[in-house]
Amino acid sequence: MPTRIQNEARQDTMLLNMGPSHPAMHGTIRIMLELDGERILNSEVEVGYLHRGFEKTCEHRTYFNLLPYTDRLNYVSPLINNLAYVMTVEKMLGVVAPERAQYIRVLMSELSRISDHLTCLAAMAMECGAFTVFLYKMKAREFIWDVIEQTTGARMTTSYIRIGGVRADLHPDFDTVLKKAIEETRSVLKDVHGLLDKNKIFLNRTRDVAVMSALDAVAYGWTGPCLRSTGVLYDVRKASPYLVYDRLNWEVPLGEKGDNFDRYMVRMQEMEQSLRIIEQAAVRIPKTARTLMTGGIEPEAAIKESRRRRVRKAIALSPNLEGSEECRYPDILASDKGYVVPPKEETYTSIEGLINHFKFFMRGHGIRPPKGEVYFAVEGGNGELGFYIVSDGTDRPYRLHLRAPCFHIVAALEHLIRGRYVADVIPTFGSMNMIGGELDR
Amino acid sequence: MEEKKIVESLRKKFPAEVKETGSSLGDDLAVIDKGALLAVMTYLKSKPGDYAMLLDLTCVDYRGEEPRFEMVYHLFSLTNNKRLRIKTRLTENDLRIGSLTSLWKNANWLEREIFDLFGVNFEGHPDLRRLFMYDGFEGYPLRKDYPLRRRQPLIPLKD
Repeated sequence: MPTRIQNEARQDTMLLNMGPSHPAMHGTIRIMLELDGERILNSEVEVGYLHRGFEKTCEHRTYFNLLPYTDRLNYVSPLINNLAYVMTVEKMLGVVAPERAQYIRVLMSELSRISDHLTCLAAMAMECGAFTVFLYKMKAREFIWDVIEQTTGARMTTSYIRIGGVRADLHPDFDTVLKKAIEETRSVLKDVHGLLDKNKIFLNRTRDVAVMSALDAVAYGWTGPCLRSTGVLYDVRKASPYLVYDRLNWEVPLGEKGDNFDRYMVRMQEMEQSLRIIEQAAVRIPKTARTLMTGGIEPEAAIKESRRRRVRKAIALSPNLEGSEECRYPDILASDKGYVVPPKEETYTSIEGLINHFKFFMRGHGIRPPKGEVYFAVEGGNGELGFYIVSDGTDRPYRLHLRAPCFHIVAALEHLIRGRYVADVIPTFGSMNMIGGELDR
Repeated sequence: MEEKKIVESLRKKFPAEVKETGSSLGDDLAVIDKGALLAVMTYLKSKPGDYAMLLDLTCVDYRGEEPRFEMVYHLFSLTNNKRLRIKTRLTENDLRIGSLTSLWKNANWLEREIFDLFGVNFEGHPDLRRLFMYDGFEGYPLRKDYPLRRRQPLIPLKD
């Protein structure tokens, strides 16, 4: 079947296909261009190359089991996806995470936001020829990911934020690694400002290219840094504060024109604000009196002993469960029984604990929110990341829908590149931060 | 309180078409008649509601119920900083509903997505084609009667 543009194209113009496997189309997206010389008369954007039925799959998984799928939505800031999903379910259940967990969530989602913006701008700069900037930013991202890896155990597929709190507490060395990451990111941001802000090649390709008016941005449903680059003040963290964002002191950077350069600048300034948030949150986070458990008796020995009497000793858990010992639960997980994974020590040593464990994971039991529907949104790397969940009272969502911020942004690509040159497609597309996993679902 | 007023005024303005208003878990919502969709949305987009942004559009398949499909629109007002949910039901035999492309530009892709995954027809849409799935895909994958693991034959390569 011919595409729309093939039917509408004039006889004397050329059709050029960009993507889905094109070095600049990171993620997979296809742009058909109708060209008059180098000018783009019309274009057609085709998405869906990464469609893997996220929503359908989630409707067949339990509320607890579908968490890893959310990692794969926006794969450069998975922690924010976890957060959006988890907070939507929490809103349905009426669960509130402990304060320390809320601070950890803020820390993690701001680190993810920085890694998201770094990746976007690194790719955008590289496609404009600034390879140094790319390498510098990737270096900074490594330090951010060191912090994330140390806390969550994974760099990208974290599944760290859980219903009721977070999976494990912060590592004892967290402050040191965080300090290093903040220092490195700050110095990279300074270098990048120096390399790009007055760079003629970069300015020529971004200043006044692909200008979006505030009116159009709103009509297209833009949110996040792209909307703010047009001068519209809307940030979910300020408009409807969640977690502890209202207790921290930070600003929302705004652009003026809504061109590529403004989108770059807003992202750069947002990273600085995120670093401010992280620094404040790292100081204000409620301290925990509990230290990491070391030693303890082997689980096998504990199980044997529990056959004769109740075991009250500490149990050495597998390294995979490090940081999630029962004694730390009050700090990082809500106390509501039935919504959080029962502590392993109980599961190993008492029959009630074992029953609780099976009740939590068995099909048809587990987390069963009341009937109803809920929409909740957080500020993702690209904008308002919202989940709409319909519950029918069972342990699986009846309907789960993701409001992907870059869906609305990419929808405006045709509008932005009309009348521009072919070369303008590259920085324009780069500044949008299209993420296939989130867009195509 | 602002939000209450909007929902109330909506009820006063369209007494016959607005079936139900209320709130669910803190989100305000209104259930309307599908024929009045365009009129209601035009009213909400103008002052005093000022819902300038179509945040999201989705569909829910209540298989076994009649009417079967429920369209869910999320609107957002930048000036009042409020979200509003508008719902309307479609029967299986008459899967037609007015398109909102004349009001919001992102409705174009959002409606294509719903057409693709649920098979809802939007009247007045300029370019109603599948968005995520390919041409030649059979059925509507997000409907409840589409099996999770159904396989479809390979399609020939495009030339």
